[in-house]
Amino acid sequence: MADMILKRNEKINVREILKDLDKYEPRRRGWHWREPAPNLKMYEFTYKDVSKPLKNYVGLPPAKFFDNIDPQPLPVITTEIASGRFEDDIRRMRMTAWHGADHIMVIRHMGQSHIDGLMEGTPQGIGGVPITRKQVRAQRKALDLIEDEVGRPINYHSYVSGVAGPDVAVMFAEEGINGAHQDPQYNVLYRDINCVRSFVDACESKKVMAWAEILQIDGAHNANATAREAWKVMPELIVQHAINSLFSEKVGIKPENISLSTVPPTATPAPCMYYDLPYAVALRDFCDRYKMRAQQNTKYICSSVREATVTHVMNMVISKLTRADIQSTITPDEGRNVPWHIYNVEACDNAKQALIAMDGLMEMVELKKDGPLPETVRDLKERATLFMEEIIEVGGYFQAVQEGFFVDSAKYPARNGDGIARKIEGGIGYGFIFERDEDYMAPVTAHFGYNNVEQYGGDPENPSALIGGCTFEDRSKIVFIDELDEDNVNTRLEKVAKYHDGKAIIPEVEWCGDGIILLTMMVPSERRMAEAVALEIGKKLGLESCEVTSKEIMQDAEGTRIEMKGKVPFDIDPSTLVIPPEPFRLDDATLFKEIEEHPVRVVCGTVGEDEHSVGLREIINIKHGGIEKWGVEVHYLGTSVPVEKLVDAAVELDADAILASTIISHDNVHYKNMKRINELAIEKGIRDKVMIAAGGTQVVPEEAVKTGIDQGFGRDSHGIDVATFLVEEGRRRRGEKTFEEIQREKEAEELA
Amino acid sequence: MRREDDFQERRKHIANLTDQELYDRFWELTAQVVDPLLEMGRKNTTPSVERAVLLRMGISSLETQKIVEGCMDKGLMGKGAGHCVYKLSKELGISIPEAGTMLAEGKGWDTVAAAFKGGKK
Repeated sequence: MADMILKRNEKINVREILKDLDKYEPRRRGWHWREPAPNLKMYEFTYKDVSKPLKNYVGLPPAKFFDNIDPQPLPVITTEIASGRFEDDIRRMRMTAWHGADHIMVIRHMGQSHIDGLMEGTPQGIGGVPITRKQVRAQRKALDLIEDEVGRPINYHSYVSGVAGPDVAVMFAEEGINGAHQDPQYNVLYRDINCVRSFVDACESKKVMAWAEILQIDGAHNANATAREAWKVMPELIVQHAINSLFSEKVGIKPENISLSTVPPTATPAPCMYYDLPYAVALRDFCDRYKMRAQQNTKYICSSVREATVTHVMNMVISKLTRADIQSTITPDEGRNVPWHIYNVEACDNAKQALIAMDGLMEMVELKKDGPLPETVRDLKERATLFMEEIIEVGGYFQAVQEGFFVDSAKYPARNGDGIARKIEGGIGYGFIFERDEDYMAPVTAHFGYNNVEQYGGDPENPSALIGGCTFEDRSKIVFIDELDEDNVNTRLEKVAKYHDGKAIIPEVEWCGDGIILLTMMVPSERRMAEAVALEIGKKLGLESCEVTSKEIMQDAEGTRIEMKGKVPFDIDPSTLVIPPEPFRLDDATLFKEIEEHPVRVVCGTVGEDEHSVGLREIINIKHGGIEKWGVEVHYLGTSVPVEKLVDAAVELDADAILASTIISHDNVHYKNMKRINELAIEKGIRDKVMIAAGGTQVVPEEAVKTGIDQGFGRDSHGIDVATFLVEEGRRRRGEKTFEEIQREKEAEELA
Repeated sequence: MRREDDFQERRKHIANLTDQELYDRFWELTAQVVDPLLEMGRKNTTPSVERAVLLRMGISSLETQKIVEGCMDKGLMGKGAGHCVYKLSKELGISIPEAGTMLAEGKGWDTVAAAFKGGKK
């Protein structure tokens, strides 16, 4: 274990992780908050609300313009992973950690909440993974390696709920889990687990979590996701959060380890901030002792990634204006059933980008202290207080549940009579509550409630001393169970061995070897026809199991935007591929020296009917790192320059090079123009002297060279590439070795 | 139950509270709601609570439910499933895991019941 280190250019070896799991021991207990780094200087900027930077990361796309910095916001960033195969989730954990996630929430497989006792082994799950000791160990062990790699502790999280909540809590405590959902109200309302049973179990679960210093997240936000008109349940949400929080605190969890899972209740096209902001303020005022995990609104999420992203970002504005200790990220799974690698990563980037964008904002703005905001805040607080009052009036929590107080879609104290009502004497687990006798005894640590160890001369402060310590004191007592079933990770890994061995590569959205790709297209027809057309296209492309994941109407008759997934029925043998080397670039010093010794005069312009000049200006302009920077003399002729004029100017000015830019092009006009420049240069007798290059976002360098010019520059070319070309081509024409040739020779010598 | 919004009527007695007083009232009420729930947890146990005790005693998850079922059959849940295992290990002078395995296999229950002088049916 200690000798396993990840290398950035090597895949994490899942088969290696699975070895010797029976001997694995978690390196720590408890939750990790990011370490604040106020006034941190990175590149040219001073950040106000950031945390200690990472050692290894993937920055936001524009980071390349900012010395590749990747400032890390202050809130912990959650990613929720739910593929059903934990071995594939491990690779996703690494990807998200590089993008800034430090709270990995593993969604539990549907149906586990009704299983009596722990599940063991590594069966595959649906909508999540079966949470077992082996799976937890493997993932925690992988996260140990990943956190060393990125340089920040990573919190690992799952669920303590269902009829085996206390069992799971014990296993989590033993295995070094850092965060968990635990909210008995969730069991009662959404899993129909008997309410008395749920709360008795929760006492034990929470006591164990308190011992293990596991951060607890509640489940109140589900009322928002379930209620018919979600913006009306705000008073109830406050009540649910308060009940679980105070209950947990009274069991023994420290307030700083109690986190609310809070959601802005509504979404556009509602004027959502007008509703969501006062709610956020009211909740944070009342629950000021506790942490806030800000979740995105999922109630109204649809299948558009764009729409989900805007909701996410607007929700983060509320996080910023109020408080979020943990910022959650949601992939648009709910609308699309696509809980894929890329969306986890994208959502982490969204959070990072939005929070860094708002860095220091609260030094400049503040929430108003009069007007509609405080008035609505007070209104909500009073409604929540009255709700709590009525619970007591009717005879307590269980009675209130039985009377359908919760998840009623009206705004309290109004009621629509559509709440979820659960009987005190009913539900799963009803009839399995036993009163403890006077001599009841449990010789273990972190056991809640009455425990008569004194009858054996035991110490109530240390009940497990009776058996010489329990698993919490002596890890060697933990019984590790490997596999019980044919459905396990080993058989799954065998089936995809060629991919893990690097012998074949196939696209992947969630599982190794799944072969799924996503296609986006605008089909110029109405919605139903567009879907049928897309599916037919998928079939003709040879894709299997095509399914439309998103449809958005452009206009009823004119067109539909379709996103479709399908399976690629082949894989690629990487040994058959020829991969061109990365472009060779000269350094500043060499460019300055070479151009000083061999001055270069360039004529350039945007050719054809093209008024776009941005690309070419970036290539030439000193302000944009263009070729002027190194002393190249540039004569810019403007936009829509006829090719003849370009060549004539080269003759007139005795230029060394012609640069032509063709940004937007139809019908391959750009290649025809290049060909024409070359021919004109030959006609005018200057081709031997003049270097010719052309560029544009749609230019394929190899195609450009086929027209007879010396070089083509495609998307992502910069001044430095053009300057390197001018110097290298100049040397070649002077009969000197190019710098690239010199370097290649040096590399070959070193190899030999 | 269906009810119109009677907020203006209902709020009269809290309308004049300061924000701090409202806060205090809210948390006092919350305490009144949760206290009985905690009391229920102190006095009672469940199969899952007992399985969680057995796990911490170093008993395999494959055995915990069987032991708890044995306790329920014999009316011994009020003693605690962990207690039953502890009792058997003391009575027979065997280890906790050995006692656990015996009970999971349906053995030794008479010894346990006798030691407790019977259980509640």
